[in-house]
Amino acid sequence: MTQETNKPVTSVSSATSGGDVMGVAVILGIGLLYSLFAAARASDPLMQFHSFIFLAAFVAAGFALIVHVSNPKPKSQSGYEYGVVKAGVIASMFWGIAGFLVGVVIAFQLAFPDLLYFENLPWTNFGRLRPLHTSAVIFAFGGNVLIATSFYVVQRTCRARLAGGLAPWFVFWGYNLFVVIAATGYLIGVTQSREYAEPEWYADIWLTIVWVVYLLVFLGTIWKRKEPHIYVANWFYLSFIVTIAMLHIVNNLAMPVSLTGSKSYSLFAGVQDALTQWWYGHNAVGFFLTTGFLGIMYYFIPKRAERPVFSYRLSIVHFWSLIFIYIWAGPHHLHYTALPEWAQTLGMTFSIMLWMPSWGGMINGLMTLSGAWDKLRTDPVIRMLVVSVAFYGMSTFEGPLMSIRAVNALSHYTDWTIGHVHSGALGWVAYISFGAIYCLVPWLWKRESLYSKAMVEWHFWISTIGIVLYITSMWVSGIMQGLMWRATNEFGFLEHSFVETVAAMHPYYIIRACGGTLFLIGALIMAYNLYRTIRGDVRDPEYQSALAPFRGMTPAAAE
Amino acid sequence: MTVSENNNEIDDFTGVETTGHEWDGVKELNNPMPRWWLIIFYVSVIWSIGYWVLMPSWPGLTGYLKGTREHSERENVDVALAAVNAERSVQMKQLLSVSSMTEIERDPQLLEYSMAAGGSLFGDNCATCHGAGGQGFPGYPSLVDDEWIWGGSLDEIRQTLHFGIRSTHPDTRLNIMQAFGRDGLLTREQISDVTEYVLDISGQDSDAEAAARGAPLFAQQCTSCHGVDGRGNQALGAPNLTDGIWLYGGDPSVIRQTIYNGRGGVMPFWTDRLTDEQIVALSVYVHSLGGGE
Repeated sequence: MTQETNKPVTSVSSATSGGDVMGVAVILGIGLLYSLFAAARASDPLMQFHSFIFLAAFVAAGFALIVHVSNPKPKSQSGYEYGVVKAGVIASMFWGIAGFLVGVVIAFQLAFPDLLYFENLPWTNFGRLRPLHTSAVIFAFGGNVLIATSFYVVQRTCRARLAGGLAPWFVFWGYNLFVVIAATGYLIGVTQSREYAEPEWYADIWLTIVWVVYLLVFLGTIWKRKEPHIYVANWFYLSFIVTIAMLHIVNNLAMPVSLTGSKSYSLFAGVQDALTQWWYGHNAVGFFLTTGFLGIMYYFIPKRAERPVFSYRLSIVHFWSLIFIYIWAGPHHLHYTALPEWAQTLGMTFSIMLWMPSWGGMINGLMTLSGAWDKLRTDPVIRMLVVSVAFYGMSTFEGPLMSIRAVNALSHYTDWTIGHVHSGALGWVAYISFGAIYCLVPWLWKRESLYSKAMVEWHFWISTIGIVLYITSMWVSGIMQGLMWRATNEFGFLEHSFVETVAAMHPYYIIRACGGTLFLIGALIMAYNLYRTIRGDVRDPEYQSALAPFRGMTPAAAE
Repeated sequence: MTVSENNNEIDDFTGVETTGHEWDGVKELNNPMPRWWLIIFYVSVIWSIGYWVLMPSWPGLTGYLKGTREHSERENVDVALAAVNAERSVQMKQLLSVSSMTEIERDPQLLEYSMAAGGSLFGDNCATCHGAGGQGFPGYPSLVDDEWIWGGSLDEIRQTLHFGIRSTHPDTRLNIMQAFGRDGLLTREQISDVTEYVLDISGQDSDAEAAARGAPLFAQQCTSCHGVDGRGNQALGAPNLTDGIWLYGGDPSVIRQTIYNGRGGVMPFWTDRLTDEQIVALSVYVHSLGGGE
């Protein structure tokens, strides 16, 4: 209740009494031995390279652990754990910019393939950079944003310090080790050729360990909460963590060729494999990029707008309908393929039914602004959050539309899909993340405001123009591509050769690359703004919203 | 703070009751779900159930619900293809029944059909190497000029398409441009001299002395295929060296390279990949590109 809310957290977690150090030490020790073994006996140079990276990481972590244990004055365990959240915010910005940069590079590679093709540098090939881009933005950027915000939100809304002592740090560093293994793997040519799940078996096992610890930390924090109810954002985060674990494990079931080799073979084959991959791929969109980021939305929008969430009932109904229906929609990626038609029907109809459950989140996000709409004019951060919800609404309408078989016959395999993905990725996922990070940095580093409001304005407008250029050029290009592919002459012969469609797309590829460049520039402005904020500089001192009202609840009071 | 009858706080701005919970300052209003949202959600569920009744849907142990429309995309494709083929069958038969392919070019309807079919086939099968307009690339002959290595009549083009050049088909067109340098048939100096001679007969600047030294070497080594005057021989697939049109390039360095290493470009055979009718249509299309003989 209200009077209790401002009470600082005082409980000392029992899980910090040494068990966490032991657990981390055991994982590190086993990992160290195994990576040493794999490095010495590696059956291919790729595995050897990755073993050495693992080895270096475990040795470094071991030293850090020794320093931690030998520290005579352990840090207070009574306040909130913000260190790992800060690390997550910095990692998010780093990987975000890296991922956007690779995206811009491959967009230019598509527009000018002859200029950006280097015969003697295989790692610069589009085929290797493309999964680097997708994984960097989804898992490295998005994943770090989710870990950081979930660790922040679950503490604040449960009024409990993160469970597990060192375990949250293990999750952060372990996850980023996975990111490094995945990213270097794409460049040197390690892949199991599964969309959004390219890393090989050893990286998958490592991620599974990290993810289970993540789940335990999250559940443990909810378990010891001081609030009677679990806030809706935490339901969404929890559905994200649990479902991703299930998807990751099933999709990556594989038999390694050798325990010291990088290659493995999937347990699935043929159309079953295709369906497994898209069951995973679609629900990675659903439970990583949708429910996870809805968790962010449910905390940061009401917090920033300083308004109550629009409807509790809507949040319950759309949560359960969303997670129940989403999991069935994967087959819509396999229309008009060898997948049996009944499965295609189910994929399509569940996608249609998914429309309103998805929009429930948009309604709750937008309507929470009622009573605070004027802030759209004065606060570019809330504008970013609200525009992200608008993009969310747009892409969750476009998705069901594209899942209709007749529409899919035109859109499938074209750039329309790429445009759709990016209206969700740039508009929704990245914008809600940017908004959350703009909120978090002053809160975490205890700054009165961001360094510059004007820079947030510039970021907002430059990247919005970038997104609009990106998605409109891909709509035009994709629909044109689809129409050209299906055009036949009066005798039923194809009107266009494939290469003609490629040539026709060229101007749109240039526009897309320019849109992506604008988006990257916006993120660079943001990074600079955050850097100056963390340093404690203030350029626009009048911009102090959304911190002062909660000053009573800032970490200072909690500690 | 206004309080509702349930003892929950009432939001001042909207006048709506909150749920009475609060997390880190965040509260929730007890608004009902928007009616339009609920109605569209129900409609989409009902629509989906209707779709399951009509179309193939839920699986069982031994099969799946076929749906009242008995819809099958595979059958639809078969039917559509059969319809297109039936429509084309008249022209298809005619393409193969003509006594000479020039008849096709004289019959406006057959010509129109062949151009439509051939253009489509060309884009999917030939443009990769010969260019979308048949303009060619180094090593891949241009089909729009009147220089033909193996002949540019309808019948010759058709034969090339059927069996390919240096392909794996037993009836392939085949010749060998030897690697005179690599295989030690000519010395480097001799190759330079022959190069000068080829430059000379192709009307380019050349060293007269070296060309004179190259002439007897050319007569000895090259004329059996390229002819006494270097004008080539279509029957052997030997290119004309005097017309300034080059398959690999006419610079001294490229000519020297050609003589040193030989050449042996491959065109695949299309007999098994395309039907006879398609190859006829494609021959007519290629013949029309600009240089047909």
